[in-house]
Amino acid sequence: MELQFYHVLIPFLPLVGFIVNILIGKEVTRYGAHWPGVLTVAGSWVCSLFTLRDVLAGHTIDADLYSWIVSGTFKVSVGFLIDPLTAVMLIVVTTCATLIHIYSIGYMHGDTGYYRFFAYLNLFTFCMLMLVMGNNFLLLYFGWEGVGLCSYFLIGYYFNKKSAADAGKKAFIVNRFGDFGFGIGVFMVFIAFGTLHYADVFGNVSSIAGQRVDFLGFTVDLPTLIALLLFCGAVGKSAQIPLHVWLPDAMEGPTPVSALIHAATMVTAGVFMVARCNPIFNLSPFAMDTVAIIGAATSLFAATIAITQNDIKRIIAYSTCSHLGLMFLACGVGAYAAGIFHLYTHAFFKALLFLAAGSVIHAVHTNDIQEMGGLKKYMPITYAVFIIAALSAAGVPGFSGFFSKDEIIWSAYASHSSVGKLVWLMGTAVAFFTPLYTFRLIFLTFHGTYRGGHHAEAHGHAVTHSAHAHPAPHTSGHGAHDAGHGSHDPGHDTHGSGHNTHAAGHGAQGSHHGEHHIHESPKIMTVPLMFLAVGAVAAGWVGIPPILGGGAHFAHFLEPVLGHPEFHGTHAEEWAVMGLSTTIALLGIGLAAFFYLRKTDLPKKLAEQFSMLYRISFRKYYVDELYHYTIVKPTLWIANSVLVAITDAKIIEGIVNGVPGAIGRFSQSLRKIQTGIVEHYGIFMAAGAVFILALLYFMR
Amino acid sequence: MVPLSWYMVLSVIVFAIGVFGFLSRRNVILMFMSIELMLNGVNINLIALSHYLQDLRGQILAFFVIAVAAAEAAIGLAIVIALFRNKATAHVDDVKELRG
Repeated sequence: MELQFYHVLIPFLPLVGFIVNILIGKEVTRYGAHWPGVLTVAGSWVCSLFTLRDVLAGHTIDADLYSWIVSGTFKVSVGFLIDPLTAVMLIVVTTCATLIHIYSIGYMHGDTGYYRFFAYLNLFTFCMLMLVMGNNFLLLYFGWEGVGLCSYFLIGYYFNKKSAADAGKKAFIVNRFGDFGFGIGVFMVFIAFGTLHYADVFGNVSSIAGQRVDFLGFTVDLPTLIALLLFCGAVGKSAQIPLHVWLPDAMEGPTPVSALIHAATMVTAGVFMVARCNPIFNLSPFAMDTVAIIGAATSLFAATIAITQNDIKRIIAYSTCSHLGLMFLACGVGAYAAGIFHLYTHAFFKALLFLAAGSVIHAVHTNDIQEMGGLKKYMPITYAVFIIAALSAAGVPGFSGFFSKDEIIWSAYASHSSVGKLVWLMGTAVAFFTPLYTFRLIFLTFHGTYRGGHHAEAHGHAVTHSAHAHPAPHTSGHGAHDAGHGSHDPGHDTHGSGHNTHAAGHGAQGSHHGEHHIHESPKIMTVPLMFLAVGAVAAGWVGIPPILGGGAHFAHFLEPVLGHPEFHGTHAEEWAVMGLSTTIALLGIGLAAFFYLRKTDLPKKLAEQFSMLYRISFRKYYVDELYHYTIVKPTLWIANSVLVAITDAKIIEGIVNGVPGAIGRFSQSLRKIQTGIVEHYGIFMAAGAVFILALLYFMR
Repeated sequence: MVPLSWYMVLSVIVFAIGVFGFLSRRNVILMFMSIELMLNGVNINLIALSHYLQDLRGQILAFFVIAVAAAEAAIGLAIVIALFRNKATAHVDDVKELRG
């Protein structure tokens, strides 16, 4: 099948939306900026459905559009590969993007940067679609960096707020570490295969099996090296240990951004990449084990942090980290299809969790769940969809998340390796923590009584909270910001500075956000929530395993790309594993209910009893502090005492000021001959002419 | 028949008068006239050699010099008038704006 026009439209429609809004958004489209924004993305969605139909009909398309770089033997084109894996990603990206764009119309209503928001969101969609559709590593890299850039733009969307600007920088810089390795990985692919096109690389992948190369003085296995370097990029982009630190801070961005970029799509790019490169990973058992262990460790690590956090978005961010870890766990044991399946279901329920949280924040104007409570009766729709998303995330049978999570845990168990058993244990532990923190969030937010409305306290708490959240340098800036904004929404990170036009109105309401201000979000926000809720429940039904009477259609659909792992296990074992993880998940929900509905004073007592464990979790295992003292501070020291004091002040300024100084002194002596008297110039000319003639005469 | 060397000597004398006049006079008009003398000294030289070598190129070059001299006179006199309007003098010692 040839490349059709609607295949090409998928990525380029959002690009058109971006161009329109970025060029004339400020003057022309303004508060109608959602029209080009939403329509182009919706168009992409329709085209993606047509593409899915083509792929379901058995077509695979690998076509070049344009010869991008030709230099000797190095040839790269802009071309698309459309196969089952791409089709799944297209559906995930365009569906979530469309719903989130629509939601943003309500959420960002009246913001001064309205057009800018939609422009960036469209640019992000374009880059993400290029990432998943590209047929070579360089286009993958293009999309990879493009989504990173848009992530930076959108995290720092409220750029006049220092914490948001810092979070944007942090995300960008942390990702640089991963992308550095990823870039070298792409170079190594070119060195090993002489091409970057997927078809040529994966077609000849067996040629590098067992090859050994010198790398930094070590002789290493080539497939392992390439796989681990590529995985470096995934660790950064998908927020795995040790580069997970940027994702929670990325919550400074507006909530739709968190839903689209930092939950449903961009952060899953790492999983997509690992799955796409599965022929390379399959050659290296060591790399596979690394992927599995890092995934499992991140999953458990993030889940244990999420239990003690108080910021509604950060809890969900850690949950995202945890779920991404599960996807890597699946890839690491060879169950790529299970990983992609979880990516697909996760996109729906996690986007839903974020958007529902955004709806809550929209209503109560704070991110702190200690300031919420009892919202059930004010926001019934948000409450309902939140519950659905949480049940799906927790892996309660029948919901999407259950099928994908169960598939992963079963794959880990059935891989019958020691690493597989280890990560299975860790995954089962995660299955306990996930419902615990998700339902803790729900019970604290929607049940009980409303605890907000104490604005002065909220203010003080928000400042101390951010002192906890960031190492020392952030604190002063944040505090200054809060002071500058006075009584208007202190310390809350989504509506703080963007709503300049509304600031006066909010100020007029006084410093007290009483209960009577809380109301359900407008339809433009709740309708996308309902659609996502349908996805969160039903998206997983395409992959029901045979043991539950399904056909595992999802895995079969992806088999041509991702292969079929050889797992051995009896039905009894499969029932047992499923039963165990489900029981544990229900136990988690029950425990959360016991702690936060029945014995509401118990969590505090436990925190005091095990204050050490509580503090470690609350302070996020001190990873931020560790990086602050081992990386940030030494870097700043080198910058201040070496680069500024010596290189800059002495060497560079010495050259920059010294050269003109010397020229100036020399010309001071030369200017004396410029008398301004015409005869003097005439005499110089005549003397010069005579001198040259004499020279010609005597030199002859 | 006048030998070539006489023309050459005449040309050198006219040119030297021009150089001397340019360097010694202070009046802009006189300096200007000195330049014309230098140009015409060169012209004599060119035409004499052209005749001697039986090559018309020298005469063509002389015509060019005359044409350029005419243009130069037009621009130069315009500059002199502009100078006089601004400084009310034609004396170059009074004009030192370009002193470094």
